[in-house]
Amino acid sequence: MARIGVFVCHCGENIGRTVDCARVAEELGKLPGVAHAIDYKYMCSDPGQALIKQAIAEKKLTGVVVAACSPHMHEKTFRRACGSAGLNPFLCEMANVREHCSWIHEDRDAATDKAVDLARFIVEKVKRNVPLETIRIPVTKRALVIGGGIAGIQAALDLADGGAEVILVEKEPSIGGHMSQLSETFPTLDCSQCILTPRMVEVYQHPNIKLMAYSEVAEVGGYIGNFDVKIRQKARYVDAANCNGCGACQKACIVRKVPSEFDEKLGKRTAIYVPFPQAVPNIPVIDRASCAYFKAKAKGVKKDACGKCKEACSKGAIDYEQADTFVTEKVGAIVVATGYTLYSIGKDQPEGLRGYGEYGYGTIPDVIDGLQFERLASASGPTAGKILRPSDGKEPKRIVFLQCVGSRDPAKGIEYCSKICCMYVAKHTMLYRHKVHDGQATVFYMDIRANGKGYDEFVRRAIEEDGARYVRGRVSRMYRDGETIKVQGFDTLSGEPVVIDADMVVLATAIRPQPGIEQLAQKLSASYDAHGFFNEAHPKLRPVETNTAGVYLAGACQAPRDIPDSVAMASAAAAKILGLFSKAELEREPTVAKVDAALCAGCFHCERVCPYGAITRIEVRDRKGNLVKIVAEVNPGVCQGCGTCQATCPSKSVELQGFTDEQIWSEINALLA
Amino acid sequence: MNSMEPAHGGHGRPTLAEELRRATGRNPARCYQCGKCSAGCPMASETALRPHDVMRLVSQDRREELLAAESIWLCLTCETCVDRCPNECDPARTIDALREMASAEAPASVPRALAAFHRSFLDQVRLTGRLFELGLMAEYKLRSGALFADVTAAPGMVSRGKLGFVPHPIKGVKEVRRIFDACERANQEKP
Amino acid sequence: MKVGYYPGCSLHGTSREFDESLRAVAEVLGVELAEIDDWSCCGATSAHATNHLLSVALPARNLALAESQGHAEVLAPCAACYNRLAGARHEIATDAALAARMPELIGRPFANTVAVRNVVEVLHGLLPTIRVRAGQPLAGIKVACYYGCLLVRPAEVCSFDDAEDPVTMEEVVSATGATPVAWDMRLECCGGALSVSRTRSVVRLGRAILNDARAAGADAIVVACPMCHSNLDFRQSAMVRRGEAAMPVLFLSELVGLAFGVAPDRLGLRRHFTSARSLLDRVQPPAAAREVR
Repeated sequence: MARIGVFVCHCGENIGRTVDCARVAEELGKLPGVAHAIDYKYMCSDPGQALIKQAIAEKKLTGVVVAACSPHMHEKTFRRACGSAGLNPFLCEMANVREHCSWIHEDRDAATDKAVDLARFIVEKVKRNVPLETIRIPVTKRALVIGGGIAGIQAALDLADGGAEVILVEKEPSIGGHMSQLSETFPTLDCSQCILTPRMVEVYQHPNIKLMAYSEVAEVGGYIGNFDVKIRQKARYVDAANCNGCGACQKACIVRKVPSEFDEKLGKRTAIYVPFPQAVPNIPVIDRASCAYFKAKAKGVKKDACGKCKEACSKGAIDYEQADTFVTEKVGAIVVATGYTLYSIGKDQPEGLRGYGEYGYGTIPDVIDGLQFERLASASGPTAGKILRPSDGKEPKRIVFLQCVGSRDPAKGIEYCSKICCMYVAKHTMLYRHKVHDGQATVFYMDIRANGKGYDEFVRRAIEEDGARYVRGRVSRMYRDGETIKVQGFDTLSGEPVVIDADMVVLATAIRPQPGIEQLAQKLSASYDAHGFFNEAHPKLRPVETNTAGVYLAGACQAPRDIPDSVAMASAAAAKILGLFSKAELEREPTVAKVDAALCAGCFHCERVCPYGAITRIEVRDRKGNLVKIVAEVNPGVCQGCGTCQATCPSKSVELQGFTDEQIWSEINALLA
Repeated sequence: MNSMEPAHGGHGRPTLAEELRRATGRNPARCYQCGKCSAGCPMASETALRPHDVMRLVSQDRREELLAAESIWLCLTCETCVDRCPNECDPARTIDALREMASAEAPASVPRALAAFHRSFLDQVRLTGRLFELGLMAEYKLRSGALFADVTAAPGMVSRGKLGFVPHPIKGVKEVRRIFDACERANQEKP
Repeated sequence: MKVGYYPGCSLHGTSREFDESLRAVAEVLGVELAEIDDWSCCGATSAHATNHLLSVALPARNLALAESQGHAEVLAPCAACYNRLAGARHEIATDAALAARMPELIGRPFANTVAVRNVVEVLHGLLPTIRVRAGQPLAGIKVACYYGCLLVRPAEVCSFDDAEDPVTMEEVVSATGATPVAWDMRLECCGGALSVSRTRSVVRLGRAILNDARAAGADAIVVACPMCHSNLDFRQSAMVRRGEAAMPVLFLSELVGLAFGVAPDRLGLRRHFTSARSLLDRVQPPAAAREVR
């Protein structure tokens, strides 16, 4: 026979004002199986907890129900109290008579009746609770960082400095990300490369960091503390062990006019290339699609295929036969730092987005985007830092900047604010004025969102000291008139239509997640929003975690982020992981699903519906070793306790511990009785 | 300076924005005053209120001012604003709805020439089922008082065989009249 | 090929040449234009500026007629009629309550099954035939294709082409052997809705369009809208009288007709206020074109 103790809390006035707690205790005390029922002002206080411990000992309780606040608030408190009194913590449950009752009702009698009901059905559940043991999982103290931009670099360095091993995977030939393309950074105007490249070198030289550039995550298995990650190392056609980065191969390459990705197509590169001189690692790759050797081979030419780079290499490092390789690494935690891409205004758009026909769909020469302007302004860029327009190399005397292109434009498919544009446009106007003293910058904007330390002051400086003209309004249309671009807008502050003649137009296009992010999220079983940004576990309290334990977020893969925010997130994720790695074993709540192998028919509906990939298949053999059947098994490390399997299982052979069908039915029956 | 009206129009009737939302299916509150509509409006250089001003006054519930404004009658319904509005506010449809409200609530504010034109046009259609252009021109001139406007055109139109002298009612002219009546009735029955 | 034909009031009156040229061209292309029996006015600007319900109901009557006369699609060559018919069709299709009211309102059964096509769209669908049938009479002639507003906007209704960067009219013009020019004003409104009641606005807008076409080196402007045509053609006559150079304004069907070697009179070119003489003088003699019945 069950001996349940019921403890009704007044929560000061919070519950007691509306609910007659004494009557609740009295009513509950009459229930069969309830051995003890009392009320008290603050059950969570030390004396309150002492009442529970004392009752467990004296009344030999087999279960405890605390009718008080939300379990989110104090379930841990009361379970700990029970545990210390020798009662299995999972035999203690809470009935929420505060958020679900006293806070939302006014009628004292009705609220008291409801509180009785709420406590009553929990009593019925606790009668059927069984002791559960905390799950302990070993932790591999090595982290995977996906993406080698500033967020990934920061996360990797913080983790490595904290003593953890790190594998940093970057899909491009070099780490550095978008930050390496920037000229100067707001709000201090310090040179992006100058502050970034030392960090890149540090990554390369750090004994705890294994850098895998030109690589991608192919598969992810396992769970927190115990991930198995399969990584594809793309063929560089250059043997990294032998290459000394001398650059002779690039000098010898006959294909010299490939549009450079690093220079946002404003500059040219060779077919064998490193993206930029400060690349890390400084090992070239051959771009198969434009390489003369591979093109000739594809056409079936046997002899006389190019081979100039191979001839030029004194180390014999060129290897045309190299193929992609795969390695599998064990890691305990994963940081996603895949960054962003820019929206482009062209006609071809991913589903749900539209381009800007009114701005010429990207066909008007000298209409460029923000990253292209960065390359023009950068000393390492195609113009060596001179602002020259791409079409004819002339210095533009009038540049018009358009903010919110794609952003805050539900009609085109992106309703969010891209956050960084207000700042970098102000920066662009400054850089322009510093380089072209008689140049006039005009900015079309809707609102200035400069909410960071020193940010608004920065925008004001662009206006007050560097002569940027800000026009509040969107541009309706742009078209060519000879060498001039006509920008037809409206100045909503003066109430006048304006047509501004521009030599060049810079579009602050929206920040979007990297293409392919959905596939990566699916591999990680992490969720993403309608735009493809990763979802954080909680927008305020768990901003760098995902809903998948062990997977963390840093930078613009989660939302548009500037450098300071990305770095802060990266450090936060690293701190979270170092915390995780500080323990020998991981403790998990035992409220996970469990399969009854005797009942399981092996239909594997559960496997198909599990959002976390927690179901595995195991063989059941008889004593002689003959295969009897294949059944499902739940990996308790991966299971998040959502219960989808339980709802799906036709033979009722999988149940969520602590929330079994029997327990739930007993609650419902108690309410209906 | 205009004082802010209370949110519910102050007369117990719904706000202008609410009424327009019901009539057009678009929410005027989505407008964030970017001015892209006015930037592309072919009439922006002539009108006192540009499309974004209209949307602004709607959000401020300045009903009388809007319904009396000549500007709403100068919209060409070219729909440039509709296609470019980032918030799919549909200023053109909003202006159409305002015109309809103005015709009903403040007919005196409708510019004479325009009222005359629309009235003459629809009268001709009601009469014969189709537009009898010579009839339209005659009626318009009488209604608008613009007797001498474009008088040079008529002879040219005639010599080019562009104007017929006799209206030819269609067989279903009564059917068309019933449609006119039904639509007018439906408009009057609106709350 | 047989298509329901909704000429609209203008094509029976002030834009007779649009109707004439279209019928001539349809004959060459082997398209039968089956005029909807007893069609009525679409209500045009006047209905939708004063009574929205009427502006849907009047087109609906015509679509219902087309439906009962067995047409799957209707060609409305007048851009204004096209816009009203296609707009009403769209609105009824996306508003179930409105759709339910329609049969009672128009006094006819109506299922909204008829597709509405404009002249550019229909001719574009016949590009290969036009290419075959066109001779070389228009070689070297530069044409500014003017879409105006009613043909391409709003995008959700007029989905046959890109509202901001349409190409169909240019492709039809190319198929005739003439050369479309790139210019800026092809999507700007001519002011048609205020044509009668506020002439000065219309003159301002029309002048900008004419000037831009001229600056782009066009020999003629091609339109697919009677209102644009009357604005650009008729309003221009005053400018020409003051000594400005004439810019002929042709309906697209007239240009296609010229390419087919149809006699200018059959295409109604003599009905224009602004003489097309400068253009006709440059058209290669019909002998050069292929034989046309």
